[in-house]
Amino acid sequence: MSRRTVVNIGPFHPLQEEAEFFQLYVDGETVVDVDVRISFNHRGIEKLDESKTFDQVPFVVERVCGICSASHPLAYIQAVEEIAHVEVPERALYLRTIVNELERIHSHLLWVGLAGHFLGYNTVFMWVWKYREPVMDILEIATGSRVNYANCKVGGVRRDMTREQLDRIAQVSDELLGPLDMLTRAVLDDPILHARLKKVGVLTPQAAKAYGATGPTARGSGVPIDVRRDDPYAAYDRLAWEVITAPDGDVFSKTVVRLRECFEAVRIIKQCVRDIPGGAIDAHVAAIPPGEGVGHVEAPRGETFHYVRSDGSNRPVRHKVRAPSFNNIPTFKASCIGQQIPDVAITLASVDPCYSCTERMCRVVDAETARPRYTWSDLVRLSQQKTAELRKKW
Amino acid sequence: MTVAETETRVPLEGFVGEVLKELGDAVIEVECCETRRGWARIDPERTVEVAETMLAMAGARLATATALDVRDGIDILYHWAIEPQGVVVTLKVLAERPALAVDSIAGAVPAANWIEREMHDLLGAQFRGHPDMRRLILDDSWPEGVYPLRKDFDQVRDRPPLPPDQTPPDVGRRERNER
Repeated sequence: MSRRTVVNIGPFHPLQEEAEFFQLYVDGETVVDVDVRISFNHRGIEKLDESKTFDQVPFVVERVCGICSASHPLAYIQAVEEIAHVEVPERALYLRTIVNELERIHSHLLWVGLAGHFLGYNTVFMWVWKYREPVMDILEIATGSRVNYANCKVGGVRRDMTREQLDRIAQVSDELLGPLDMLTRAVLDDPILHARLKKVGVLTPQAAKAYGATGPTARGSGVPIDVRRDDPYAAYDRLAWEVITAPDGDVFSKTVVRLRECFEAVRIIKQCVRDIPGGAIDAHVAAIPPGEGVGHVEAPRGETFHYVRSDGSNRPVRHKVRAPSFNNIPTFKASCIGQQIPDVAITLASVDPCYSCTERMCRVVDAETARPRYTWSDLVRLSQQKTAELRKKW
Repeated sequence: MTVAETETRVPLEGFVGEVLKELGDAVIEVECCETRRGWARIDPERTVEVAETMLAMAGARLATATALDVRDGIDILYHWAIEPQGVVVTLKVLAERPALAVDSIAGAVPAANWIEREMHDLLGAQFRGHPDMRRLILDDSWPEGVYPLRKDFDQVRDRPPLPPDQTPPDVGRRERNER
């Protein structure tokens, strides 16, 4: 019988600043099983929310994740608005859409940069983060903060945007198209990236459905699901845009989906700026009646799902938060098995796992001695070596 | 109570109605049936069968589940999303006191694996036949039988003591000297 080894990754991750622990069971260079341990940083946000008023909870849940800090509050707010049957003013819906799409662009660009670094393309990492910076700047101009925008509230939004701010947002989004186009062509045309990403970490549509995968992870497997289209919220049903899918389920497909979604996001933002109506931005909700509601939003990484129950008091009785990575990370069981160790780093990264959301870890350990074999930095180094070797051949 | 009897109370209309009809008499009470949202209580004996029927529906996926501490036990809410209709159907099953146990659906629906472990950790719901009921959220040092999301858990009064310090002795000594 061949020897099985366990490779530990984590719990501390030099690239992504949070704790998560993966254990890869490997036979030679091939991964035969994977186990994930999470929750090294559980902050008890669901319990905390039970002690906050309905108006305070958005400020707590936007701190679930520094990147999805527009999606989480919006999902919570939609659940509360479902309980109270609130009619949100039209202008507020457009303002919510703009902030959520800016968030999608900066999150996807962040991922492309990190993916470049994992593969040994550090130029991509530097460039992408340079292009991401103007997006952060306009988020600051429009909402007052680069993260934790405190933009939404039950019944509308907290701050209006002036015409100058909206025009600036449209202009910066428009200026992104050039670099996005350059990046997309660089990825699609690079033979080394094809060799590194195609047929790597394949997630079949059946596995995506069984594990409940969402967002680019599902759409990269050709599963055309998108909450923005299927259960429209904010102003998405008033705008022209497309759900991006790619058929192959490999890391390449997920990359293509994310890059093309940035173009769609720019398209959505420009239409919002053009079409946004005037008027009120807040429905002034006075009280939340007893009841229960669900809200879900297409965050950059997939569907974020919130459940809220009210007993008629001013605080939620129960608030459940389910971030997209909680469903996407278990898909490693389907996508990592059969992979070579150098390909695992990018496969694990391909769902854009968000630790603060799911908040949890992976390691490669020796199955006989149970001693750690590789750290995450070893895996990144192996991954970068593999690219370097491919480069020499081409 | 069967679906036929409850129809007088909540009419099963539209796509959500079709979904609930497909579950047949496993549905014991329909609480709400709207265009995009459905809320129903199902027979605790038939959770696995219902989960299999739901997963087999085109476009259905288990979005997540929520556990609630209620008077008679723990209410487990399975949220099923169905696309492209954009529907969320929530199926409730009560795990009654004192056993607080229901059948696990993780064998039939892989997406339920983690969330059932989470509900077991935080609220103490028991899932019969779960393939891998290790801790997911709580630290290994957390005491058995203390469930932080229960309503009677007080964050100040009931907080368990911190686990013993596992810092190697020489590291601790150096830090103390610096201080």
